This record gives sequence, structure tokens and C-alpha cells, in this order.
Amino acid sequence: MAKKKAGLEKETLGKVLRYVRRHGVWLAVSVVMAALSVAGALYLPVLTGQAVDCIIRAGEVDFAAIKDILRQMGLLILLTAVVQWVMNVCNNRITYDVVRDLREDAFRKIEALPLKYLDSHQPGEIVSRVIADADQFADGLLMGFTQLFTGILTIAGTLGFMLSVNLWITLVVVLVTPVSFLVAGFIAKRTYKMFRLQSETRGEQTALIEEVIGSQKVVQAFGHGSTEQDKFDEINGKLQKYSMQAVFFSSLTNPCTRFVNSLVYTGVALTGAILAISGSLSVGQLTCLLSYANQYTKPFNEISGVVTELQNALACAGRLIELIEEEPQKPDEPDARVLTEASGQVSLDHVDFSYVPERPLIEDFSLEVRPGQRVALVGPTGCGKTTMINLLMRFYDVDGGAIRVDGTDIRHITRKSLRGNYGMVLQDTWLKAGTIRENICMGRPEATEKEMIEAAKESHAHGFILRLPKAYDTVIGEDGGSLSQGQKQLLCITRVMLCLPPMLILDEATSSIDTRTEIRIQKAFARMMRGRTSFIVAHRLSTIREADVILVMKDGHIVEQGSHEQLLAQNGFYAELYNSQFSA
Amino acid sequence: MKKILVYLKSYKKECVLAPLFKLLEATFELFVPLVVAAIVDTGITGGDRGYILRMCCVMILLGVIGLACSVTAQYFSARAAVGFSTRLRRELFAHIQSLSFTELDQAGTSTMITRMTNDVNQVQSGVNLVLRLFMRSPFIVFGAMVMAFTIDVKAAMIFVVTIPLLSVVVFGVMLISIPLYRRVQNALDLVLGKTRENLTGARVIRAFHREDEEIDDFERRNVALNGLQRFVGKLSGLMNPLTFVIINMAIVVLIYVGGVQVDTGVITQGEVVALANYMSQILVELVKLANLIITVTKAVACGNRIGQMLEIQSSQEDGKEAFVSQMRQTAREKVPVSKKRPGSGDTSSAGQDSREDYIVFDHAGLMYAGSSVPALTDLNLRVKRGQTIGVIGGTGSGKSSFVHLIPRFYDTTAGAVRIGGRDVKDYRMEGLRRHIGIVMQKAVLFHGSIRENLQWGNENATEEELWTALDTAQARNVVEGKTLGLDEPVGQGGGNFSGGQRQRLTIARALVRRPDILILDDSASALDYATDAALRKAIRNMSGDMTVFIVSQRTSSIRYADQIVVLDEGKMVGLGTHEELLESCHVYREIYESQYRKEGA
Repeated sequence: MAKKKAGLEKETLGKVLRYVRRHGVWLAVSVVMAALSVAGALYLPVLTGQAVDCIIRAGEVDFAAIKDILRQMGLLILLTAVVQWVMNVCNNRITYDVVRDLREDAFRKIEALPLKYLDSHQPGEIVSRVIADADQFADGLLMGFTQLFTGILTIAGTLGFMLSVNLWITLVVVLVTPVSFLVAGFIAKRTYKMFRLQSETRGEQTALIEEVIGSQKVVQAFGHGSTEQDKFDEINGKLQKYSMQAVFFSSLTNPCTRFVNSLVYTGVALTGAILAISGSLSVGQLTCLLSYANQYTKPFNEISGVVTELQNALACAGRLIELIEEEPQKPDEPDARVLTEASGQVSLDHVDFSYVPERPLIEDFSLEVRPGQRVALVGPTGCGKTTMINLLMRFYDVDGGAIRVDGTDIRHITRKSLRGNYGMVLQDTWLKAGTIRENICMGRPEATEKEMIEAAKESHAHGFILRLPKAYDTVIGEDGGSLSQGQKQLLCITRVMLCLPPMLILDEATSSIDTRTEIRIQKAFARMMRGRTSFIVAHRLSTIREADVILVMKDGHIVEQGSHEQLLAQNGFYAELYNSQFSA
Repeated sequence: MKKILVYLKSYKKECVLAPLFKLLEATFELFVPLVVAAIVDTGITGGDRGYILRMCCVMILLGVIGLACSVTAQYFSARAAVGFSTRLRRELFAHIQSLSFTELDQAGTSTMITRMTNDVNQVQSGVNLVLRLFMRSPFIVFGAMVMAFTIDVKAAMIFVVTIPLLSVVVFGVMLISIPLYRRVQNALDLVLGKTRENLTGARVIRAFHREDEEIDDFERRNVALNGLQRFVGKLSGLMNPLTFVIINMAIVVLIYVGGVQVDTGVITQGEVVALANYMSQILVELVKLANLIITVTKAVACGNRIGQMLEIQSSQEDGKEAFVSQMRQTAREKVPVSKKRPGSGDTSSAGQDSREDYIVFDHAGLMYAGSSVPALTDLNLRVKRGQTIGVIGGTGSGKSSFVHLIPRFYDTTAGAVRIGGRDVKDYRMEGLRRHIGIVMQKAVLFHGSIRENLQWGNENATEEELWTALDTAQARNVVEGKTLGLDEPVGQGGGNFSGGQRQRLTIARALVRRPDILILDDSASALDYATDAALRKAIRNMSGDMTVFIVSQRTSSIRYADQIVVLDEGKMVGLGTHEELLESCHVYREIYESQYRKEGA
């Protein structure tokens, strides 16, 4: 398991590095600058030590030498600072650019994913990969760049410098430092479990909060508040216990490592001072070593933090890359037909389809639709009406048989041209964040002002649009924002009115519009449908009575087929459905 | 913020002890450079190995005491912070339970959830950090300066100059970058918005083949975000190099001044080393302090938002009267439809006022808070016990608002609603609502089993009662279709049931409590006509005295109601039976004809 995880991490790392490699120049600059800045930062204490050695006691201060050393120090400080800044800028650049590239690839993939994938994944989950995971990955990567590399360099450099100054003191430092790891590791292991408990309990609590507060009105209507409060208090108490443990034990890391550091410091002071008495070490050198002792343990602590952070970042990157590498929908065939202005002849030829193989939905479905015919789909909820739309629009591909438009299998037609020949109004009224104008002209961005207003009048949306603060330039929020469901539906209808493609799909298109407006829209629809092949799904049987063919569906099959009068005469399932709205 | 700090009261002891022990720790830390100076000046110069050893022991001792103090401080602060947040969450939850619908509407669901989760967590870490670090960091900074003064006044002046300079840089960079980070966040939100939009709108975007334009749009936002991030990165990347320069330049000056002072015999070599050490300590603490201030600012903002939430007062005052159920004992028996016609209900057990009129809308009006147009105006309706009332009208005509007045979800802003002769405001809310079964438009189920969900209606319902309710709600086959039957688990929000199934289960839930008044608020919208009709039939046959309100857009659903209320823009434009309304009410006729065309007329 652990091995498998490590393998996965390695694989992800390889993929991440491919993205980093595009910014190779910046990476090289960053590495060089990091080395330079570490060298500068490490050489500074040496100079300080030398300066201290020029200050012995009253009357024994070598000002000429001090001035010389201090001048060097000043120069070194400025140079190091500049180098540090350049390094920071490089690191930022690499990180943000890599994340930008990742996000872009992810978004491109979203546009190309089959709807099957999108339907079976929560939008929130995918959004969190593109946004939160990418962000966390950026943080980890940035930290990795700035701290991992310089940390390792600092440790190596410090050891080198220390060795050059004194062997014994270096030994002391090397021997005591591991204690710091042990302590940090010990605490981390202990707290890991507590943190897991804490986050599990927190998750449990959040779920309860979301559920209860999310449906607060129902909770109050049933007077269920006190029961829920008891449940909440129980989880809350549990959370307090786990949080207390997690917060307290994790906060021990700092004091403990600080204590170990002070041991290292004392060790250096002791050895150094004794060596200084015997004259093998100057006071200045001791100062320098002490400041190393301070610096030396710091990167160790940082690195252990960075490693967990990097692992976390890799896990995030893994989720993002998984999305990027998801199988896209089958691309259009290179010689796929471009459907221009279809006549509207649609045939379904022994179509089989199911979302999950175990549960066949549509079986051996055949239908001939002549150009300009109106086809209505009727049936109880879940009978497969919406699925038909998915197949007609080629949101999903059929499992068996074929759907042909103007005689060509739609799998041999470019998706763009096939869908362009359909005008679709769905029950689920989706609008993009933007102006009303942008939304209406979505299918025909080149439409003139006059055409747009014409379409809006046709769909009875013009009136309410004019009452909006900025009329057609009113910006609406994500998914329609403050518009009512009915207004949103009117806009969706206008959107199609403006394109007027040769075929129409209306799925419960007027379900949220009040009946009086609906009558007017139905008239507009009737005009629109003239000469256009249309597929209509509706609950209200009155809306579909005028269809040429009514398909009565039940459990994925067509159980009856014919005109309104014919079906009523048959006195079957349709008649039962139809009459049920009058009986009580 | 003040409003929520009261919940820290039970942790007074911890709030004092935590910073106190932190200060102790910091004090011991400040002694270390002095010890080192002593080692250099007395130990090395005097060649006294014993002294050096003793001093090193002192240093270890300082470390041990420091550790002990620090651990104690962490313990107390963790206790205070966690205890505080636990209490706060509890109060918030309870507070939200006490709010009326008006306040719930104003606060908004997602806001309340954020307050309870994210905001409380932020405040917790804020409190924890403040208790631990807010005293420590400034103390070390100024402590180091004070220590420098004890060594040498002239050298200490360098500290006096450096500390403000460093502060300006550290806080300056932060002050400039915080608003920039906010801009980065906004840019990120735009990227997020586009991503979500393309997921939720995938069908429409593909239907209009807008994929390429969407990619371009995304790219523009992504690049804008990237540009901002780079810019902010450049700026905040300045912090480290700048502070590095200031601190080290100060050390350079310090050494020179120290040299002069040593030369004239004012201080010793060891003391120069100590001064340099103090200087290095300052930087670390200032950076910590700056980070702390950011966290605290965030925590205070979150705390204020929580405080505002807690300050919201329920606009409804609970009544004092107990609501007495007047359901007939024999209610379980099926009563022929004809007996339930107006006036024929058994009213023997009803109170005097309710003999004739059970529910009365008396010039009732409702204006939602923050709205300038009334949602309901001057409604008058007299309902007899056992009657079925149909409510119809277009979207936004006030149908839901109308029935929401009965369980007192909202209070009338004009006139009154009376049940059994008493204003609903006089009843204790819990009792009132216990006898009303309401099925809301949005069918919500809760995490748990089907049984647990149904028992929301009545905790003590027997197996038989549950099945009876399910039968009436046409939901028996829903439950029987599940492998575990009544014990089938329900996912959060009822995600493992279809819309129609959820709707039928929520109807069953309301029926389980065998309410005096049943309200179906457009709750059959996901049912096909046949099921809808069967449901209505079953409800009518269910019991003797239940008063039923059916809100619908379909005339078929309410056609046989005893009285039909026709609403248009919050006003009652028609009242009567189906036949009467077809004669007299043109709005009703229009609705009806749109659904039935010729047949109806």
C-alpha cells in the first residue's frame, strides 16, 4: 500500500516536472540565485566574527581592519539581498505559471469531457480540483522551491563552513541535531492521529450543520430543533475533546524543537569557549559558530514541514492531473460531415441505450420523423424522455442501433454542426453570468440589435427586460441571479428564438411560466415550430395535443404511438394519463 | 466582537495564565545573550573552565524552564481557544434554531453555514494565537532593546532607529499587499465562476457550440489572475531581502560603534557579541508579529460577522396558549366523501368559536421585510373544519405566502389569521406546528433511514401508522422497492431518491403526525397526473376532520376542493367552487382553459 502510494507520488511528480520543465530558464536562474544567496548569508557571520576579533579590549581595537571588513559586509549584504529578490521573483513566476498551465489544461479538458463524466461527478468536486487543489498545489510548490532547496544548501554550506572553522564543534552540532528530528517526528506521529480524529469529527459536524441549517424551515415546521440540537451538542462535545488534543499536542512542536536548538547552542558555546581558552579558536570565530548553530537547526525544522507540504501538494496535483488525463469524448471523425441547414428528417433505427449496463433503459427503439413533424414525448417521470434528448443532441452516444439526421448517422456528423441545427430549451434553465444581451445572443453573437429585440418580443421577454435597471445590458449573476424561474425560462426561449435552427427540442420549456404568459408563448412556439422538426416533452398534456406524433413512453419503451385523437380512441395508457387530469 | 467574547468568560483563568507563562518564557530567552557575553568576558578572557561549565548549565536550565513555561502556556491557550469555539458553535446553532423564517430569509443559508464552520474555526485559531503570541513578540522586541540599553546607551540608540525602520518595512509591505491579495482572490473567484458555469451549463454550452469561446474567456481570466499573482509576488518577495538588509546593516553599524566603545573601555568584547545577538532576535519576532496581525485581523472580521449573526433577534414572539387538537377520535376510519362537504363535518368536540369557522383569514396582509410591495393584501377567507381548500395562481402570486401564514412561518403585517377562534400569534408555536402537517415545495429528506425521516412527523408512530401514511402518500412502492424497506438509508438531502419519490415521502412524513391541518404547497409537481389524482383521493378518504390546503398550478389538482382561492399578485381575485369560478372569475377561467382548452368550457 505504502509502496503503491510512493509509486503514484513518483508518477505524479514526473508529470508535474513536465510542466515545470517548460519554465526551464527560470528554474536555472532560480537555482543559481538560491546558491548565491545561501553562500552570501553564510559568509556574513564569518565576516562578523572577523570584525569581532578586531575588537579585543580598550585600546586594542584595529579600526582600519574593521572598516575594511565592514565595507565588505555592506557590499555582501546588498548583493545577497538583490539575489534573494531575484530568486523570489523566479520562484513566484515558475509556480504561478505552472498552475496557470495546469488550470488551462484542466478547463480545456472540461470542455471536451463526455457528458457521462460530467453527469456522474458533482460540479463542486471538479471545481474544487481546478480551484482549491490547484491553489494548494501552488502553495506547496512555492514553499518547496523557496525552502527545500535553500534549506538543503544551507545545511550543507553551514557544515562546510563549520568544518573549515573547527572540527570538534561541528561534531557536537551534528550529534545533537538529530534529537530535534526525533522530537519533531515523535510529536508529528502522535498528532497525526489526533488531527485525523479532529477532521473526521469536524466533517461529521459540518454535514449535520449543512443538513439542518440548509433545511432550517423544514426543521422548524416539524419542531425538530431540540432533537437536532442534542445531536449537535453531542458531536460538538466530541469535537472539543479531539480539537483540544490536536491543538495542544501540535503546538508542542515549536517549544520542543526550540529547546533542542538551545541544547545545540549550549553545546557549541561550551566546546567553543573551552577551545577558545586553549587559544585554538578566537572569540570572533565562536560568535560566528554560535550564529551558525542558530541557523543550522532552522532549515531542518523547515524541511520536515516542507516535505509534508510537498506531499500534500503532490496529492493535490495528482487530483488535478487525473482530471486532465481523463478520457475525452471521441473526437469528430476527420471526414465527418458538416451538416448545413438540415431538412429535419430524423430516424432512430433500433436504438439501444442505458446509463449503466445493468439497467437497460431504451431498447430497440425505432422512429421515423419526417421534416417539419412535431413529435411529442409523454410519459411518467423517469420513463426516458430526457434520455431521448441526450441521444438526439449526441450528449450521449447510443449503445446499439443508430440515429440518423438527413440520412447520415449522427456519429459521422461534426458535433458542432449537428447541435447547431437544433434549438434547445431545457427544463433546467441555465444562464451564464453576464449581460442579458450576451445570454440571448449566445447562439448567434452576430445578431443585430433589431433581431435581438424582435426575438425578445416574440417570446414575451421584452417587457420584463425593459423593466430591469439597464434593460438588455443588465448584468445577471451566475445562473440567473435574482431573476425568477419564469423570467429565466423566458430568456432561454428567447435564446432559441434568435437562432431559429431547423430542428427544435423543447423539454418542459414552459414549466415555470405562469399559465397566462404560457398561452402567449405557446402561440409563438406554434409559429416557430411551423416547418421545423420539433421534439416536445411536457407534463401538461394540453401543450402537446397538437403534435403530429405523440410517443407515449413507459420504462424506456414506446408503449403507444399516434395522434391525440387516435390515442384517445385506443383508450390505453395515454387515455388513462389524459383522463387522470380531469378526474379527482 | 464584544458580543462573542463573553463566551471566553468561563476561561478567564486560562486567558491570564497563558500569556503570563509566555512572558516568562520570553524573559528567560532574553537572558541567553547575557550569559554568552559572560562566558566570553569572564570565562574565556579569565581562562576559567569551571565558570564556563557553570554558565552552560545556567543556559540549559534557562532552556528547561523556558520549555516548561511554554508547554504550560500552550495548554492553557489551547483549552481556552477550543472551549471558546465549542461554546460559540453551540450558541450559534441554538440561536439559528430560535430565528423565525423572516430572519432566516435575510441571513441566507450559506452564510449561516459559513458562520458556523469556517468563521468559528478562524476565531478559534485567532484566540489561540493571540493568547500565545500577542504578548510574547512585542515583549521580545522591546525587551531586546531594553537589554541593549542596560549594556550601552550609545549602542542601544541603534536599536531605537532600527526597530521603527523594520516595523515600517514589515508592516508597510503587508499593508500594501493585503488589498492586492484581495484582488487576487477576486480574480480567482472569476476563474472559479467560469469553471462552475461550464460544469453546470455543459449541455447548453455544447448545444450552442460555445466551447471555443468559453475556453478563450477562461484563458483571459486565468492570465489576468496569473498577472496579478506575479505582481503581488514581486512585491511581497521584497520583504525578506529588505529586512535582511536592514538587520545586517544595523549589525554592521553596531560592530563599528561597539568597536569605538570597547576602544574607550566603556563595554567589553563579549557585550558587543551580546548586542549583535539581540539584534538578530528582533527580526524573527517582528515577522511573527506581522503574521499574527494578519491572522488576528481575519479572526476579528470573522468574529464580528458571528457577532452580527448572534445579534439578530427573532421578530416573532411566542404565544402562551396551548393548541388543543380537535381531531375526532374516530379519525382513522374512512369517512365517505359526501360527509365531508361543508357543514357536514362532525364539530361536536370543537370549541364554541370554531363551530362555524375553524380557520379565518381576517383582512390578512403580508409584507416581507425589506420589500416595498406587499406579498399579500387584504385576504378574507372562512374555512370550516374538514374542508379542502384549493389555492391557485401564477408564479409569484403569493400562494406559498398565503399558506405559510397558517403555521405562523410569517406573521401577518395587517389583519390576522385565527384558528379555532384565536389569533395564531396567541398559540405556543411548537404546539401549533405539531398539529399542522406541511409539505413544502422543495422535497427535503434528511440523512438517516426512511423510518427516521417519517418519524419526524411523530416520534412514537407505530409501524402500522407509518405504512398507513405511506399508503395515503402513494409511497408504499417507493419503500417496498428498496431492499431494506423502512430501514433503507437516506443520503444527505435524500440524493438517493428521485424527485417524485422524495415528494411522496415528504407527504407521508407530514401525514404520519395525523395533523389537524394538512398543507400541500405545490408538493405534487413532480408526480404525474395519475399519481397526483390517486394521492388526492387517498387524502380525502383518509380521515374525518382534517382540514386540507392544496396549493397548485394545476386546476385538476384543486378542481374538487370545497373552496378555491384564486390569487393574483397577492390579491384574492376569486373565491368559490370550480363551477362558480368558471362563471365568475376570468383569471381562473383563463388558467383552466390554458390547461384544458375546449373540454373545460
